[in-house]
Amino acid sequence: MGKALIELKNITKSYDGVTVLDDFNLTVNENEFITLLGPSGCGKTTTLRIIGGFEKPDEGRVFFEGQDITELPPNKRNLNTVFQKYALFPHMNIEENIAFGLKISKKSKDYIRDKIDYALKLVNLDGFGKRSIDSLSGGQQQRIAIARAIVNEPKLLLLDEPLGALDLKLRQEMQYELIRLKNELGITFIYVTHDQEEALTMSDKVVVMNQGYIQQMGTPENIYNEPENAFVATFIGDSNIVPGTMVKDRLVNILGADFPCVDEGFGENKPVDVVIRPEDVIFRAPGEGRIDGEVSHIIFKGMHYEMEAMAGGFEWLIQGTKPYEVGEKISIDVDPFNIQIMNKPESEDEEAIKFDE
Amino acid sequence: MKKHGALRVIYLVLIIIFLYAPIFTLMVLSFNEGKSMGKWTGFSLRWYASMFSDEEIMEALGNTVFIALVSALVSTVIGTAVCIALPRMNKKIRDAFLALNNIPLLNADIVTGLSLMLAFVAFGVSLSMGTVILSHITFCIPYVILSVRPRVKQLGNTGYEAALDLGATPGQALFKVILPEIRPGITAGFLMAFTMSVDDFIVTHFTRGAGVNTLSTLIYGQVRIGIRPTVYALSTIVFVTVLIVLVLANVFQGKGARARQGKRI
Repeated sequence: MGKALIELKNITKSYDGVTVLDDFNLTVNENEFITLLGPSGCGKTTTLRIIGGFEKPDEGRVFFEGQDITELPPNKRNLNTVFQKYALFPHMNIEENIAFGLKISKKSKDYIRDKIDYALKLVNLDGFGKRSIDSLSGGQQQRIAIARAIVNEPKLLLLDEPLGALDLKLRQEMQYELIRLKNELGITFIYVTHDQEEALTMSDKVVVMNQGYIQQMGTPENIYNEPENAFVATFIGDSNIVPGTMVKDRLVNILGADFPCVDEGFGENKPVDVVIRPEDVIFRAPGEGRIDGEVSHIIFKGMHYEMEAMAGGFEWLIQGTKPYEVGEKISIDVDPFNIQIMNKPESEDEEAIKFDE
Repeated sequence: MKKHGALRVIYLVLIIIFLYAPIFTLMVLSFNEGKSMGKWTGFSLRWYASMFSDEEIMEALGNTVFIALVSALVSTVIGTAVCIALPRMNKKIRDAFLALNNIPLLNADIVTGLSLMLAFVAFGVSLSMGTVILSHITFCIPYVILSVRPRVKQLGNTGYEAALDLGATPGQALFKVILPEIRPGITAGFLMAFTMSVDDFIVTHFTRGAGVNTLSTLIYGQVRIGIRPTVYALSTIVFVTVLIVLVLANVFQGKGARARQGKRI
């Protein structure tokens, strides 16, 4: 997909002795919507600030279209940032805010006028130009911040949790808005968030980070359906992580019952971790599934019921649209395609990553 | 609550009388026709007239305004620069610096004045109007810092970073974003420094050279010889001027506070 726009090579960064990024490598291609996803303190914002030029890495280089920009100050970089708290200039009105970058680069009055009109249309705030920043809602301020960044025609737009301060409804609207903008403008977006839903909805590629390391990188479907380790499986959505044994290719034994699956290449009789999403667990009548058990909890969640069931000595988390009584006998089954096999963590170090958040 | 209403009003009136009765007396007497300190003999502006025709007083007035303007201007520039630099300092040094900043505020004026005079004399600087201005700058800077710093803190670093991100050089970011954003604080700091300078007697008294008089030192000198009602007129003008400037300073800070609240919504 396109050629490399940004390359981070062996980036290491620490603050007061705490390592935030450790030998970090990342390549972002042109015209990609890439999301850095992880819990707070995972290094995602630091990564963004290094790309923006606001932080210098302790070690490693940053390349922009093949050019080393590690030492370049932020005002010399051909990219723009949408900040978490918008960072609009309150002493200027909306037009002046949007025109700020263009005036700095000494564009003609007519050009600036056209750009302001174009940008206001693009973010659906046509006619707002003369209004003050204080008169705007949070969502409108965020759209102005985006407009102010894109009028400079950057090749790369950095977005640092831009929707974090908005309420749920507005956040969902803005997600569609951002996807539309990205498609219309054809520029590369690097988006930072701790919200997994946001990441899955908008991105072409998701980079799951924890403790300064990349845990997994891939398409949203790939990350959700085939988490490579327990951290990714638990951070992205809810999961049942069950210890199992890979009997042979395409057959795994979970809690004493054999389940057909589609994974190959793990070897024979090898201990593994099995990830099963709560919505993929199927309830059957007692004796008709693979593991018998009984429902122990049920909560109504709006779109679905969230249930817990004891089966085979394991407490399963299940989501379904049909309610069951607490104490009702059931039997559990899973479609082969919905079983995801992970290697057991080999060292304690790897183990630590998944629990330490 | 309601039944204590009368008591509260009486208490408030008493406080206002205690605070302002002396100043009010002075202002009334400044319009008195006669020279008496206690007897009202009729309304007149003659003391104001004689004040404005008194060359000594006019020179002192000129000196006061000049000293106040220069020292307020210089201390505002220095104080604002300090406030902008502070967030970029190491936290320990910054805390130490801010603690040092508070000492001149609390220090007795007499100590400040005396030590400044001794320092000037010890380093062979002859006392003049220049030494007065230097001294005023010294004690005005902390007030400017107190007034500007909250605005800088509120602005944070994101405004500066956003300006850089949009292509501004650090200099452009300073003049186009940071300074306009903190301007209410700067204005309030300037006015504060101006009043502090106009108001000062003790430090000026110790650091002025021979023949240099400000309003406060002149009044003090005249009072020793014998009070003339021109001094009342002069004091009234000083009081009213300081009052106006302080109200202006409050208005500017109030504006800032409202803008801040607006932004939080």
